[in-house]
Amino acid sequence: MMLDTQLIEQHGLTMEEFNLAKEILGKEPNLVELGIFSVMWSEHCSYKSSRKHLSKLPTEGPQVIQGPGENAGVVDIGNGLAIVFKMESHNHPSYIEPYEGAATGVGGILRDIFTMGARPMASLNSLRFGSMDHAKTKYLLDGVVAGIAGYGNCMGVPTIGGEMFFHPSFNGNCLVNVFNLGLVKKDRIFLGKAEGIGNPVMYVGSKTGRDGIHGATMASEEFDEDSEERRPTVQVGDPFTEKRLLEACLELFKTDYVVGIQDMGAAGLTSSSIEMAGRAGTGIEMDLGKVPKRETGMTPYEVMLSESQERMLLVCRKGTESAVKEIFDKWELNAEVVGKVTNGGMVTIKDDGEIVANLPAAELSESAPKYTRTYSEPENLAERQSFNINKVSEPRNLTKTLLKLVSSPNLCSREWVYKQFDHQVMSNTIVMPGSDAAVIRIKNTDMAVAMSLDCNSRYCYLDPYIGGMQAVAEATRNVACSGAKPIAITDCLNFGSPERADVMWGFIETIEGITKACKALGTPVVSGNVSFYNQTDDQAIFPTPTIGAVGVLEDHNKLVGQYFQSPGDVIILLGEIEPEIGGSEYMSFVHNVEQGIIPKVNLQREATLQKTMIDLADKKLVSSIHDISDGGLAVCLCECLFTTKSNDQVGFKVKLKSDFRDDITLFSETQSSAVISINKSYVDLVMGLAKANALPATIIGEVTTSEISFEINGDKKIICKADELVSAWRGALPSWM
Amino acid sequence: MKIAIVQFPGSNCDHDCKHAIGQILGAKVQYVWHRSDKLTGFDAVVIPGGFSYGDYLRPGSIARFSPVMKEVARFVTKGGVVLGICNGFQILTEAGILPGALMRNKSLKFVCKDTWLKVGTTECFLTSDVEMGKVLRIPIAHMEGRYIVDDYTLEQLNNENRVIFRYCDKKGGIAEDANPNGSIENIAGIISEGRNVVGMMPHPERVCEESLGGTDGVLLLTSMLEATKIY
Repeated sequence: MMLDTQLIEQHGLTMEEFNLAKEILGKEPNLVELGIFSVMWSEHCSYKSSRKHLSKLPTEGPQVIQGPGENAGVVDIGNGLAIVFKMESHNHPSYIEPYEGAATGVGGILRDIFTMGARPMASLNSLRFGSMDHAKTKYLLDGVVAGIAGYGNCMGVPTIGGEMFFHPSFNGNCLVNVFNLGLVKKDRIFLGKAEGIGNPVMYVGSKTGRDGIHGATMASEEFDEDSEERRPTVQVGDPFTEKRLLEACLELFKTDYVVGIQDMGAAGLTSSSIEMAGRAGTGIEMDLGKVPKRETGMTPYEVMLSESQERMLLVCRKGTESAVKEIFDKWELNAEVVGKVTNGGMVTIKDDGEIVANLPAAELSESAPKYTRTYSEPENLAERQSFNINKVSEPRNLTKTLLKLVSSPNLCSREWVYKQFDHQVMSNTIVMPGSDAAVIRIKNTDMAVAMSLDCNSRYCYLDPYIGGMQAVAEATRNVACSGAKPIAITDCLNFGSPERADVMWGFIETIEGITKACKALGTPVVSGNVSFYNQTDDQAIFPTPTIGAVGVLEDHNKLVGQYFQSPGDVIILLGEIEPEIGGSEYMSFVHNVEQGIIPKVNLQREATLQKTMIDLADKKLVSSIHDISDGGLAVCLCECLFTTKSNDQVGFKVKLKSDFRDDITLFSETQSSAVISINKSYVDLVMGLAKANALPATIIGEVTTSEISFEINGDKKIICKADELVSAWRGALPSWM
Repeated sequence: MKIAIVQFPGSNCDHDCKHAIGQILGAKVQYVWHRSDKLTGFDAVVIPGGFSYGDYLRPGSIARFSPVMKEVARFVTKGGVVLGICNGFQILTEAGILPGALMRNKSLKFVCKDTWLKVGTTECFLTSDVEMGKVLRIPIAHMEGRYIVDDYTLEQLNNENRVIFRYCDKKGGIAEDANPNGSIENIAGIISEGRNVVGMMPHPERVCEESLGGTDGVLLLTSMLEATKIY
């Protein structure tokens, strides 16, 4: 058949791209080949708008075993062990169908991890929804949380933390970023390479159905009023099958049968076969007649483009096919030889013997279009950044203001969310959700791994360069708060359409910020994901470069928590409070102002703070550490009380000296600062250590029983029962839902 | 002595049970695959939590047809000690080995959190070393944990001292507030008429180390190990 312009357009290809495809094939592509080009060259799979910029990110370090380009990044943690981690977005499907969209997001990231040979150990998630009073927000939040719970809980992988932010810029596009970290023996890592000419190619896992066809293409377009009609492009997850697939694969990895393996995620059988051959410089010959199918009458086009979940493609050593099959039989899963590795570099797809597509693997990915999109500063940037605090009057009752802030959607307790996640299965969780970082211990060692996801979307809207830097600084700082040393990051970059110059400008600025911070803090980017086209009717989301930082604590007995422990402990501020109220949660929630200069990020100070916190933990000098972020010093101190453990309620008494307005002193979100509490007898030691590191440290108060109070320059400004504060914080989210 | 941990496709607390009973408490443990039709040489059987068969249809309703369940029933008849935790409890009720049923939580949502449990009887292999009335802190993690049972059986359970745990507050008060899932009379765990089979929704295997947040699970699992020596 001849391909007409309309058909090419429907496949999301431009005429130039189509001509490039013709050039690569040396002929006009047939429909199956067109479909393959369409998904392989979709923004989602090809990174055609972002690759050029992503190459600036630092990806190397002595600890890095595998950087970007594989299913997930791998980092050496010593003792012969490595951690494998990555973050993925599932934004578009989650907006169209929140439960299945979020569930299959979790399923996808888990497969990315265990396809590398690792057992998934812990999941995190970063969520963005529209404003609380938007008609769709509760429906999306309820569905997304249930979807993550439904899939993750069934898999028996704990979901131990995350972050969530509400803002009207997400009214038309929610964000669902899911992170997983797995553990593997350093010498048992598996890669997605189709090596060894003549080796069999096997299809394992669930059968192929018609679900999710063109999911990757759907995720590469912006939404309009008809987006709901795309529900059929969202896949349906089956965590029970994935659990069996996980156990079967891990059993298989104990043998020496496997040469290479890759999960079938976006673009399913197409991307797994082409990428595996591409990486190894080989070809693959595959017969679709042998692919296990859920329904009859599926065309080669549908089989190649289906995004049915819970499937893997693997290459095993010749002669081990039946042994592989036996393992999958035990777990009641399909395992079929569907083809073999060939030389010559062609991926040849047959349907019951007849060739239906024939494409060069390496060229398909290497020659994929790469765009240098135009970019320019948003026209209203100066207006965004201008702001005069004197035009905003100071609240008369700061106690009321504080109570209002801790019960705001962005600062209130997330217990309603994480109570739905099994966060304890696997018996490794030593810091439960709700803290700066979530921490798991590594059995049979003294080690623990800390992880945190962070990004301030509002900061990135006001200043994407500093915003990108801040996201790295905060994520790594949160890890350091637990006493762990940050060693690497993963990123998930969520933006509007790259075809819009202002969005592209934000993207480039963000990458520069992330690059600078990663270099200064010694945390290379080992894996990542880009999600563009998060916009509806030309309304783009706030730029959201979510950063996932991971760190190692050599001795888990030295773990430090976020919560105040004992009345009488001395409270110390590390770093300084500066008048940096622009872009703050306080300005947004209390005054409805989202303008101004966001807090600066001094990376040298950040490194010093993190080093000092790790030192303090290592020397066992601190009872608690918590960094200052959204809500400033006042909210930071309150958060030191918000433990879910049923200890007796403690409070604090804080005395501050300040030259600024009271609201600025209390709610300024100055970076690179933290609040610690220590036993009285350690004061000299701790102050000495801070001084030696050239880090400002000020004693600001003490931990008390049952009441909180703030005094500024000798005047009582806030006084309140700790119980009242805790119930305001805890009750907010359940009362909305 | 040796403890069997039964594995169904979808079990996911099997490793945790092995870690707690085997590594922490030092007992000999062995996995038994659900297709096995042999359950000999064991002093006790643990049916762990998870999502056997994905909880499809109803939690436990498919697992009860696995070949190993015939052996579990035989083991029970001979007086063998069986502990079903979470999905294990659901499977035991589906199999008719324990009375009642576990329905969807009152909130209709999955709930993972610490709960307080009041020990209702010490005439039980799991609580024989624990003080009567003691309050334990043990977490739950389930979607279907609301225990229901007919009035007649409920009366029997009460009269025969067969309710081993009830959800309570920190001080041991049995109130509706402390009921995380809507279970009848706050029931969290029961024992069979023969006093050799226990089903409970909370997870003792998750609280056997201080670093994980508590050690109340050790009290129970140690009691079981001590008791099975006598059987």
